[in-house]
Amino acid sequence: MIETERDAEFIIKAQKGNKNAYGEIVKLYMKRAYFSALSIVGSHDDALDLSQEAFIRAYQSIKKFDTTKTFYTWFYKILRNLCLNHLRNKSNRVNSFSEILEDLENIKDENQSTEKMVEQNETKKIVWQAIWKLTPEDREIITARDILNTSYEDIAGLLQVPTGTVMSRLYYARKRLRKIIEELQ
Amino acid sequence: MNIELNRFQTLLNKALDNMLTDEERIEFNSLLASSNEYQEEWNSLKQIKEITKTMKLKNPPEEMWDKYWLGIYSRLERGIAWILISIGAIVVLIYGGFKAVESVIQDPTLAWFLKAAILLLIAGGIILFVSVVRERLFLRKSDKYKEIVR
Repeated sequence: MIETERDAEFIIKAQKGNKNAYGEIVKLYMKRAYFSALSIVGSHDDALDLSQEAFIRAYQSIKKFDTTKTFYTWFYKILRNLCLNHLRNKSNRVNSFSEILEDLENIKDENQSTEKMVEQNETKKIVWQAIWKLTPEDREIITARDILNTSYEDIAGLLQVPTGTVMSRLYYARKRLRKIIEELQ
Repeated sequence: MNIELNRFQTLLNKALDNMLTDEERIEFNSLLASSNEYQEEWNSLKQIKEITKTMKLKNPPEEMWDKYWLGIYSRLERGIAWILISIGAIVVLIYGGFKAVESVIQDPTLAWFLKAAILLLIAGGIILFVSVVRERLFLRKSDKYKEIVR
């Protein structure tokens, strides 16, 4: 069963007021929503709160949702707006590297020396700081592609732009990231 | 935009994401060989990509996922509770207001102009309230940019 058909069954029930059916939708997409929010706002608590708030708003408008479309694409628009508004209303602080990312210690490579791993961790910290200095839109596209491994087609669907535009935005975002890294080093 | 540069950007992205076909790889390599600037850009972006691809967002504790839906369900319930409280409060306020006006009008000790002033005050307040509500509702319905982040 394809994603849209599977979701439609639950959504039609949710549109009739069945909260448990909506709960199934939430369970299917909560991790994706949380990590998308985390990659934009860079804080665990905010990502949790904003992703839950987006599910609440989506439920409040669920009757308007066209079940032939992809739920997550529709939902992502709500989530993205909430995250971007949140960043605009909040003073931007550089989020702790260790709060968001797995330490290299947790992804041990038998072939690498401790010094090499420490050095890599330091470089990662600089890159993370640079990612955080990007605009939320640049950060969103870089993290979607490079950290969350989202395909170009999926990013295009989520941002509702052609794939060519995704590639072009990604190219310029990567160039801006490179410039910031050079300034930080 | 320069067609060659545009093509380079596309191929560079694909190369960084390991998505080049054999033909595209040949084309990309010949572009790199044709310009030091392209070569330099490729080297630096490849280095960054090597780092970003090892970055992994931390998984929250498993119990967070267990409580995730419950958190949403509780907030939805609270939303309904607030709606019910608001409806109840509005009904009580309207009834209280009506009774207050009634007692003012029926009070023989109050001068007629004072009664008229109180009525004008209430009428003004109601018109103002309706006007603001109507404006908000109209904006909500017709603002095609409401989804756009300003």
